[in-house]
Amino acid sequence: MADPRVIVVGAGPAGIRAAAALVEAGLVPTVIDEASRSGGQIYRRQPENFTRSYEQLYGTEARKARALHTCFDALRHRIDYRPETLAWAVKDGRLHVQSGMTAEALPYDALVLAPGATDRMMPIPGWTRPGCYSLGASQIALKAQACAIGEKVVFMGTGPLLYLVACQYMKAGNAPVAVLDTTPFHRQLRGLALMAARPGQLVKGARLIAALRAGGVRVVRGITPREVTGGEAGVTGVRYADAAGRTFHVECTAVGIGFHLRAESQLADLAGCVFAFDPAVRQWLPAIDAMGRSSVANVYLAGDGVRVLGADGAETSGKLAAQAVLADLGRPQPEDRTRRLLRDMERHVRFARGVARAFPWPHDKVAAIPDETLVCRCEAITAGELRAAVTALEAPEVNRAKAFSRVGMGRCQGRFCGLASQEIVAAACRLPVEKAGRLRGQAPVKPLPIAVTDGGSHA
Amino acid sequence: MQARFRRLAEKERRAVVLTVDGEAVRALEGDVLLTALMLSRGFARMSEFGDGPRAGFCMMGACQDCWVWTGAGERLRACSTSVAEGMDIRTHVPEGIWPIPA
Ligand SMILES: Cc1cc2nc3c(=O)[nH]c(=O)nc-3n(C[C@H](O)[C@H](O)[C@H](O)COP(=O)(O)OP(=O)(O)OC[C@H]3O[C@@H](n4cnc5c(N)ncnc54)[C@H](O)[C@@H]3O)c2cc1C
Ligand code: FES
Repeated sequence: MADPRVIVVGAGPAGIRAAAALVEAGLVPTVIDEASRSGGQIYRRQPENFTRSYEQLYGTEARKARALHTCFDALRHRIDYRPETLAWAVKDGRLHVQSGMTAEALPYDALVLAPGATDRMMPIPGWTRPGCYSLGASQIALKAQACAIGEKVVFMGTGPLLYLVACQYMKAGNAPVAVLDTTPFHRQLRGLALMAARPGQLVKGARLIAALRAGGVRVVRGITPREVTGGEAGVTGVRYADAAGRTFHVECTAVGIGFHLRAESQLADLAGCVFAFDPAVRQWLPAIDAMGRSSVANVYLAGDGVRVLGADGAETSGKLAAQAVLADLGRPQPEDRTRRLLRDMERHVRFARGVARAFPWPHDKVAAIPDETLVCRCEAITAGELRAAVTALEAPEVNRAKAFSRVGMGRCQGRFCGLASQEIVAAACRLPVEKAGRLRGQAPVKPLPIAVTDGGSHA
Repeated sequence: MQARFRRLAEKERRAVVLTVDGEAVRALEGDVLLTALMLSRGFARMSEFGDGPRAGFCMMGACQDCWVWTGAGERLRACSTSVAEGMDIRTHVPEGIWPIPA
């Protein structure tokens, strides 16, 4: 029998660990990644002519970053690695990919999807102004370009990345002006019991906040974002209300906003995977078993692209998905190893639930954003237009509201407006959010260059 | 318009000169276009909807809010395209080029 064709999408912690386990079992997987260098988000590599050390780049995670990069570098010649290649659709058992001006449809016996996550966003009046970036972008500017998004930065939102990025800016000599968290302090304590599943991580988190305070950075919790202020030339400040409803304005030249993360689940959607609503994070996520098997026989899901567990959880889930692939291909794996990985996974899931509880998506604030807020950056559609579409046209369902108002049909494919529009539609229709429908993934998951030609499929 | 990003390290790289809307812009090898733009003019493109300039948002190829064009009409994502000597970048769709739908 010819060697089974296994494709892994994503060369982040999850995809790399999956590929390594497949290679160890004697397979030659194809690894697709849109980026020019491997590593994924947290262990993103800087351009080759940059010289900062692992310690400078990855701080407390330097050892893990080095281990993962070394692992991938050793694999490179034992896999079919395709950097700068976008997986843009899954159709009829083939993965459609595009690189440069060439497109191909790759057949597979097993497909492991590990595409990671993007920032979860709450639209805020003024968030399209030059100088306003996602928290992820703020970190990428620093890691991959050695730049701050501005000289005087405010970070606003909630989630572990909020404090992490703020600390990274401080260490890099660009301490933020303020850190504004939508979660009140007493809420943050609620996740503690679950987060104790990973005491080391919990301590790291507490240290970040202490370091910011020690560095004189103003940290305010329980805020409501009101506006990213400024004009044509860009951001000049942030207006927010404190827990008591008093409004404040902080001057700054740049803002980084983010509300934890959302899974990049479009490819799983296109592959036909069944989704389930997860009330803990108020998101529709692909259903998987403990190993990462989706509802579709030869499609496996790993890492933050199926549910956000963080980097260590991504590595474990990648290894587990590879074990599932191998077992289903008739190459069973040592049971004790699987058991160990499953136990490890349980801790990551518990911890992630604690994080979700400690830094909740402020859905009530999202549902209440003012009518004039641009929800869809791509097509410049406001919250008011979206509300009018669902109430006037009796379209109490996100996909239909989307057709009426075009929210989620822009070129970002709803990545930055989808979760917020679900909340807005649900509230406008007085429905629980899980009853307001779900934005479906559409191909291409990202815009293709116009002149792409079909390079054929190598069967 | 004004510079918005601030370089914190890695300043000893080879210089690269490109043009943006006909004006020379100095960048460093390894910069992506968005970095070069945010260190010089402070925006990447004008919104098609008349709501002003945009300057990208995600820096990871997800939001598509950083599109720029080459003089030849090729569309580029500024956050994931590295600068190169002599690049001819436009923050508007060049005249005579049919606008490209998303
Ligand atoms: C901007 C950002 C910053 C983060 N920073 C931190 C941090 O500092 N600390 C932390 O603990 N966690 C961080 N996270 C969370 C992070 O997602 C995880 O910790 C970890 O990187 C997840 O690993 P992964 O392998 O699941 O996905 P990722 O590391 O995100 O890797 C996914 C890979 O898939 C590729 N990809 C995605 N879609 C496609 C496609 N359609 N076609 C081809 N390739 C594709 C991407 O280019 C990427 O390389 C961050 C997340 C984001 C979005
Ligand atoms: S900044 Fe989002 S795609 Fe470039």
